[in-house]
Amino acid sequence: MKRWFQSKTINTPSPVGALLSYLVLGFWALLILFPLYWLVITSFKISSQVAEGPFYIPFVDYQPSLDAWKYILVGDLSKDTLRNFTNTAIVAPVSALLALVFGTTAAYALVRFEYRPRVGAILTFIGCVLLSIFTISKGVPWQIALAVSAVVFFLLLQTIGRRFQRALGNNDIAFWMISQRMLPPIAVVIPIYILFQKLHLLDTYIALIITYVTSNLPIVIWLMRDYLNTIPIELEECAAIDGASRYRIFSSIVLPLAIPGLVATFLFVLVFTWNEYLLALFLSSAKIQTLPLTIAAQNATRGPQWWNMSVLILIMIVPVIVIAIVLERYITRGLLIGAVKG
Amino acid sequence: MDTKHEEFQHSRLHTIISSATDRLAGSVFILPTVLALLFLSIFPLIASLYVSLAKFDIAPGGFKFTFVGLKNYKELFTGSEGTHFLGKFAPSTPLTWIVFGVVVMALAVFLARYLLKGKVSMGGLMGRILLTIGLGLLSWMLVHTLWNGGRLGTASTTLVYVFVGIFFQYILGLGLALLTVQNLPGRRFFRVIFLLPMMITPVGVAYMFRMLTDTSKGPFTPIWQALGLIDFSWVNNAWGARTAILIGDVWQWTPFMFIVLVAALESQPTEPIEAATVDGANSWQIFQHITWPAILPVSMTLVLIRLIEAFKIVDLPNVMTNGGPGTATQSLTYHAYINWRALDLGASGAVAYMLLFLVTFFSMIFVNLIRQRTVEAL
Repeated sequence: MKRWFQSKTINTPSPVGALLSYLVLGFWALLILFPLYWLVITSFKISSQVAEGPFYIPFVDYQPSLDAWKYILVGDLSKDTLRNFTNTAIVAPVSALLALVFGTTAAYALVRFEYRPRVGAILTFIGCVLLSIFTISKGVPWQIALAVSAVVFFLLLQTIGRRFQRALGNNDIAFWMISQRMLPPIAVVIPIYILFQKLHLLDTYIALIITYVTSNLPIVIWLMRDYLNTIPIELEECAAIDGASRYRIFSSIVLPLAIPGLVATFLFVLVFTWNEYLLALFLSSAKIQTLPLTIAAQNATRGPQWWNMSVLILIMIVPVIVIAIVLERYITRGLLIGAVKG
Repeated sequence: MDTKHEEFQHSRLHTIISSATDRLAGSVFILPTVLALLFLSIFPLIASLYVSLAKFDIAPGGFKFTFVGLKNYKELFTGSEGTHFLGKFAPSTPLTWIVFGVVVMALAVFLARYLLKGKVSMGGLMGRILLTIGLGLLSWMLVHTLWNGGRLGTASTTLVYVFVGIFFQYILGLGLALLTVQNLPGRRFFRVIFLLPMMITPVGVAYMFRMLTDTSKGPFTPIWQALGLIDFSWVNNAWGARTAILIGDVWQWTPFMFIVLVAALESQPTEPIEAATVDGANSWQIFQHITWPAILPVSMTLVLIRLIEAFKIVDLPNVMTNGGPGTATQSLTYHAYINWRALDLGASGAVAYMLLFLVTFFSMIFVNLIRQRTVEAL
């Protein structure tokens, strides 16, 4: 009787414990899968089948139809779908990759180099940004305003900036970078919109990619800094003694060692950029719309087109899941080492 | 002879160049990021501060901003937007005074303990005073808007989403992570399934939950009918609607907590647990004294990330309830978005800045007090 409650090894639960675990896990799996099941069956419904009340099992409750799938993939909406899918498939991986490149080099720099930016220089810089914004808002052309501010900045830096010798350290820089994630997108989206409008970049890949890269850099730095910290410095020192340059050390020693962390971080950022809605809503109007916007657009004047939405949501999940399954063995390993540090 | 000399010169030149580029490496590695962040974070931040202090008008040939000072903020706190942002305050009753009194007492004890410890620094004291004032005001607002007769404003609603949401996400994520690190056949299957919600676009999740919570056409209609709730749409009830949104939020973000906690639990060394089992510790004792301290630092980082992200909630209320009934489920981002849609960019900027202020306030408390203390205590 007693063996039902005893575990064989530390990590193996007792039979009763295993049964209870399976019950809880199964229940949660059901909670995850049922909404997805509902999406799948809704995608095979036509409008009357949704309107007349809940039908649960295709072929038993209702006759499934391929109308929505046809409408999205080959019918009226196929051109939009294809264009927006291509947009998403270009913007998301490119932004994720660029964010990874810049974020990782910055994270590496914060781990291995020492920076001492002076408070005086930072204050003068902020002052000059304020100056340029003020002059631009007064109607001065932005080229002139920026040039004048830059000149003022360098003059002040040489004179006043030198007087305040108090300096910040690497941790302050890291915290500053990470704190950029605290900015709610809604707080910065209006100036970004006006900025890209002035630069005639609205509704282009460049605008969306630049915005996504900057908004995801903090996450990359956050995750990669912990990860790179765990790589022993001795390896790099050996390479440096052998005469390798900083760049060579980074590309042929640090990067290969960091692959699990890079993959896990890439996946996180890819999921964020792939699914992003608010910034895309502001920055794209026709050409560069992404798939989340297509989903929202199905809530038309005739009410939400549930069947079309379901198809689109399913289309959007598939690539991410495929990538996630392909890279799955890296995820836990990648998070694992970074996670030890906390 | 000649060639040798040339070679020597060449290699010297090479070393000079490479050492010069090497010295630049520090800047090369970090500058792109710094410039990108300056370009698209600092500049918009300052610009939107100006927007929040100005009035936006459509002018011939575009638009113009007129500087109006703190008018937008004044409106937000005391003017027509006041009940929208802060909520409707119920009249104080003895009970609200008692609750508020308890909070103030706790804050006073916290301040007094810091002062009595003897290691008082100027910055530390200022920070703690600000914290006391901030938390005092927030609890005053929450006590009066949560009470009967009061109504939650967008600020309180956002706080409810953030704290209730993170609480459930963490508890569920931790529980599921503990279960799946056991040696059970099929645990990898469960892990993949549990990750799925995170992969779906938030707008998609929001529409999906709108389908599921529909009381006349959704899959749970028979249950509503059995309960006699068919005419009573729970999404039309303020707390019902908020619960629906919280369920969607917890559904989507528990996987994030889950996967990081699984990684943390798996990286734990097994020796201390083995030793404790030999000594006869039960599983609760093992969790309390070995596992929990080991995953605490990761948990703190995790909660901080979610804390920052959760304040930005907008898709779920926008899609599921359109912010309704009334303004009951609007979050701060949604509030700013509504003002933006009404072309009142100044008010929108003011709301966004208050949101930024709240996020920074809570992140600072978290980083400086809670995280430091728990991690140091180990």
